[in-house]
Amino acid sequence: MVTIGHYLVLSSVLFAIGAGGVLLRRNGIATLLGIELMLNAANVAFVAFAKQHGNLEGQVVVFFVMAVAAAEVAVGLALLVAIFRRLQSIDVDRLSAMRW
Amino acid sequence: MNELLWTYVGWPLLKILVILLALVLLAAYLSWFERKLLAYMQIRLGPNRVGPKGWLQPIADALKLFVKEDLTPGFAEKFVFLLGPVLIIVPALVVFSVIPFGPSPHLFITDVNIGVLFILAVSSIGVYGIILGGWASNNKFSLMGGLRSAAQMISYEVPMGFSVVTVLILAKSLSLVRIVEAQKQAGLWFVFPGFVAFLVYFICGVAETNRNPFDLPEAESELVAGYHTEYSGMKFAFYFLAEYANMVVVSSLATVMFFGGWLRPFPNVSALAFLDVIPPLVWFLLKVAFFLFLYIWFRGTFPRYRFDQLMGIGWKVLLPVSLVNLLVVAYFVSLPGGQV
Amino acid sequence: MDFLVAHFSQAVFLFLAFFSLGGAVGVVVLRQPVHAALSLLASFLGVAGLFVLARGEFLAAVQVLVYAGGVMVLFLFVIMFVNVRAVGKEAQYLRPLVPLAVVGGLLFSALALTAMWALGRRPPADAFPLVSVAGQEVGNTEAVGWILYREYLLPFEVVSVLLLVAMVGAIVLGRKPKEMEKA
Repeated sequence: MVTIGHYLVLSSVLFAIGAGGVLLRRNGIATLLGIELMLNAANVAFVAFAKQHGNLEGQVVVFFVMAVAAAEVAVGLALLVAIFRRLQSIDVDRLSAMRW
Repeated sequence: MNELLWTYVGWPLLKILVILLALVLLAAYLSWFERKLLAYMQIRLGPNRVGPKGWLQPIADALKLFVKEDLTPGFAEKFVFLLGPVLIIVPALVVFSVIPFGPSPHLFITDVNIGVLFILAVSSIGVYGIILGGWASNNKFSLMGGLRSAAQMISYEVPMGFSVVTVLILAKSLSLVRIVEAQKQAGLWFVFPGFVAFLVYFICGVAETNRNPFDLPEAESELVAGYHTEYSGMKFAFYFLAEYANMVVVSSLATVMFFGGWLRPFPNVSALAFLDVIPPLVWFLLKVAFFLFLYIWFRGTFPRYRFDQLMGIGWKVLLPVSLVNLLVVAYFVSLPGGQV
Repeated sequence: MDFLVAHFSQAVFLFLAFFSLGGAVGVVVLRQPVHAALSLLASFLGVAGLFVLARGEFLAAVQVLVYAGGVMVLFLFVIMFVNVRAVGKEAQYLRPLVPLAVVGGLLFSALALTAMWALGRRPPADAFPLVSVAGQEVGNTEAVGWILYREYLLPFEVVSVLLLVAMVGAIVLGRKPKEMEKA
């Protein structure tokens, strides 16, 4: 029997890996990929709880998370493209100026 | 125990095998049919050397592609280059697991309750085969072709989704089997209440499969065959096969959603009951064949669009039309007694 | 054979879990952005499988449709647009590697401990979120739709506005600035 614990452990490991990606990588795209991973980890936990309690509201929340993630990606990638136009690079270490 | 093994493993595997073989043969002979038909439209003879009237031409083509040397360009990204053909052929074939060819449970592999969504989701994976193949080839023409195709497929998925939603409103189910059954209950094919949706769906379907007049990704005159320039042998055969399999998918879905699947015309008019002589499976195949013929007819008739025209049609014409159509259909269904 | 049948869901869960975790590790480790994006795609597909296992077929389809069909293609587009090929090892990771790794490790252990605690709690037997709508047992899609459009209608509308704002924002950000157009 797969219990909620299985899902939660998986979810936390996924989240930590995603956080590691955001914290460690210098490539702006890789940072965004890490954020997606963290959002997905949260989704796994939501779905697991929905199953546990026999209540579908968890799944509805996942639906909203997906919509927000899509919005976040669209804006994030547009930002990266704008940054690339300015700096010819998407290395987040080079984003040290407060304005240009 | 043995019975369990048979119902859940053996029997489905057998059905999958049969459908897979039939599909590959169908795709091969579709290419032969296309060449013959185009030749007829252009007053040529078409393939006529291999076998009587060129009947064995697809077999000869397949043999050639099998034994041809499988080249991988030295400058290509090896792994992704290999992944491209796999990612395009697998979704194209997996989709057939939920398409009902007939009413009895033996004539479809499975009936899932998210059927239509499943098909949309799986076929959206196919775009990776094209975009990755183009990128991994490390060739600017291939990359251009891949990017164009990806943009095109994503753009046309939106109006296609809306036209599918129109059918879902009419049928009140996502399951393909139940969509056909709803048409039987309603006594008419959904193409009548949803004619606009059907038009939008089929135009988008042609664009999704990158076929003429929307075949920009492989516009041979400007892109040297686009995303599959660097592919040869079996890998090329996979791209080729996937294109034809996808045509069959679009045609089958059009049949199931708008033209009553395996039902005869006007399924509740008893005066037409003599049409029941033809078995449901044959009805289904006939309808699919008609749409495949349309595909080839388009290719023989229309010139290719420019890329900006293509995007313009998708976003400025098909999207508003499908949205308004969706609202109109939803309004009529919501009226009292408006259940189709 | 009997063992496999009895533990079928565990086997599937383990397979999907390793699939999604392997993909996740690839996202952090792989240098080439396209490879990292593909690795994330694999992870997403694994998570979609997990959704099916946890009785969320509708969500699984949406997961593949939105993430695989939309989000990741967008990523690949931008990666190809900015055309960053693999960079050297020294330029891959941020400099203060050790403190960052410590933060990540602490985060992980906190989460893992919470999960372990939940694991030890001996949860009640699973209840399947198959709801009855109007006295009738229905599939996952109908059930989710029922809740979404009744109890969560306002959030749903707000999210659609959010998507609109994001779209406008992305278009504004993606346009070339005026001084660059003249140049």
